[in-house]
Amino acid sequence: MAETHRPPEKFTLRMRRYDPESGEAPYWDEHTIELEPHRSVLEGILQAKAKFDGSIGIRCSCRAAICGSCGVRINGEPGLACHTHLDRARASSKDGVIEVEPMGNMPVIKDMIVDMDAVHWKKVQRVTPWLINEGPQPEREHIVPRESMVDITQTMACIQCGACVSDCLAMEVDPGFIGPAALAKAYRFVGDPRDEEQRERLVDLSEDPQGLYDCTHCFKCVDACPKDVNPMGQIMRLRRIAGADQHIVDQNNGHRHEETMVTLIKDYGLLHEAEMIPRSYGGNSWFGKFHPAAGKELLSSLPVAIRGVMKRKMSIKIALFGHKIPKQDLNAVKKIYEKVESKPERYELNLYISGEDEDPNEHVPVSAGSGAAMPSAPGAEGTT
Amino acid sequence: MKVAYWPGCVSRGFTPELHGSMAKVAPLLDIELVQLDRANCCGAGVIAEHNQELADTLNARTFALAQQVEGAELMMNICSTCQGAQGECQERLDANAEYRAHVNSTLADEGLTYEKGLTNKNFLWLLVEEIGLEKLTSLVKRPLTNLKVGPFYGCYIVRPRARLGIDEEHPRDHYLEQLIEALGGTVIEYAGMRKCCGFPIITMNKEASLKQAGRHLGDALDAEADCLVTPCPLCHLNLDMQQPLAEKVVGRELNMPVLHLPQLVGLALGLEPKELGLSRHVVRPTSVIDWSTSVVGAAA
Repeated sequence: MAETHRPPEKFTLRMRRYDPESGEAPYWDEHTIELEPHRSVLEGILQAKAKFDGSIGIRCSCRAAICGSCGVRINGEPGLACHTHLDRARASSKDGVIEVEPMGNMPVIKDMIVDMDAVHWKKVQRVTPWLINEGPQPEREHIVPRESMVDITQTMACIQCGACVSDCLAMEVDPGFIGPAALAKAYRFVGDPRDEEQRERLVDLSEDPQGLYDCTHCFKCVDACPKDVNPMGQIMRLRRIAGADQHIVDQNNGHRHEETMVTLIKDYGLLHEAEMIPRSYGGNSWFGKFHPAAGKELLSSLPVAIRGVMKRKMSIKIALFGHKIPKQDLNAVKKIYEKVESKPERYELNLYISGEDEDPNEHVPVSAGSGAAMPSAPGAEGTT
Repeated sequence: MKVAYWPGCVSRGFTPELHGSMAKVAPLLDIELVQLDRANCCGAGVIAEHNQELADTLNARTFALAQQVEGAELMMNICSTCQGAQGECQERLDANAEYRAHVNSTLADEGLTYEKGLTNKNFLWLLVEEIGLEKLTSLVKRPLTNLKVGPFYGCYIVRPRARLGIDEEHPRDHYLEQLIEALGGTVIEYAGMRKCCGFPIITMNKEASLKQAGRHLGDALDAEADCLVTPCPLCHLNLDMQQPLAEKVVGRELNMPVLHLPQLVGLALGLEPKELGLSRHVVRPTSVIDWSTSVVGAAA
């Protein structure tokens, strides 16, 4: 909430400079600019470029958080340079100096310009990002009920800035992981009632060992996104449809892992850790441990298990039998499962779509696109 | 203060030293733990992945049970993952009265109701926000002088920021650092502090999972930490129990002990390493504990 009549202040920017053709290593370059505190980091960079060093490389265009060009890391966190206030960036810095670097997980072309084609766009293209409908074409447009399209408006908000890709922690250790932007884009089509390839898309993404089930569930992309797309939430939507609706079993044990967890909580009320591995690898039943894949994994986990038991970290009783909540409570849990899972359609509340109750004591009817109760990226102003 | 205590599943399963150390530390901080024995697993985000309403209902049940504890000021958990998974469900339940009523109609079968607005705090938040760092420092009997501690938060307690109430007034993503200093220790900052331990994909992509654990442990080692401290038992499993395998994946010796939060606090409050269950760790904290004298401090 900046006041527009605050006078200009000095802000120091520390930018990561790198020119691959110079043969020199990357280095930090500091410049002190002067602007009103509510102005953006991008405007600061552009002032430095105009006044001190015209060779500073930064991509930008709209300056209004809609074109997605100016993705960078500010004080170590990904976001849009045009969408970050100078005073907020200084407040969140370590030493009062605003640090600006190129986004991560992508090769640097120059200074803060990264090769989006090599990583971001390649991965997005991988999900066949267009509607596939081979049926007879309507005279004008496909007519579908409005409610059926509302859910994908969240992922449609993506401006392809790459902030989520920049800091994806799974991609950091596994560069081939398809990533949050591509998967969010995949949901845009999987969730579109006009698309006819829902199953094929999900089979493709599930069977790819670096696809749907390679996400490490760390929320980095959720925090990074300046548009509240919640990429990880879209990934979970894809998994829900792939697993529960299409019954696709991937080779990463992702579906089995999910089923295992769900079943173990129903049967025990608590997690039975020792059953997680055999069932995730061998199949979700007590007999899962006899499956060759489970056997192989159990054997390789044997040293870990032996060490654990010898240190009295886990008792043999816990390892073999797990632990349960009291019988009465377990019955109550089972009833909850039965009631919720027997519904023909899943009830999925999306606060991005429905917004929050205005009156804490009353409910508001579901309306699309109104207000977001979703997180905003650090150092950046939240979207309404 | 009295709290409705949700210990989670893993602290009573594969990390019993966490449950035990919390039980020992609570009385020293005047915390009365009323354990929610009837409550069920939070789902760890995996049940929500399968069916959102199921996860919301199961956690609403836990919240309702917590609200039944007479005289409890709030619900307390000892697991970053519980904090995050429960928080996600609570956000939906609190934001929409119609949805809450719908979920409550399922809980009604058991005679339970969740009322909006439960306070659910991880032990880390409770220490800083309810007890206060000054009070904590005054209770320290064995300052962690010369102990270089690297914080490892666990994803679910630092992201997404808005949902976890992280803001300027509550810099919850810096509480571990504040706590370490309040206990007399030295904070070691390193690249992997708020990154992912890899636990969620240990069965899906074992190599990527252990690479994450190995790298962050390696970063801490390079920054010369004596040990790590974490408020999440799932992180503890991937960082400690799996450390020997993680070493193989990243190709370097790590020998980095990982302490549970109540263990670190317990040491500073004067408890003995053995009673805090430190001997149960796969990577023994001998570099930080001199067993002969039970004095905390880095080995020379």
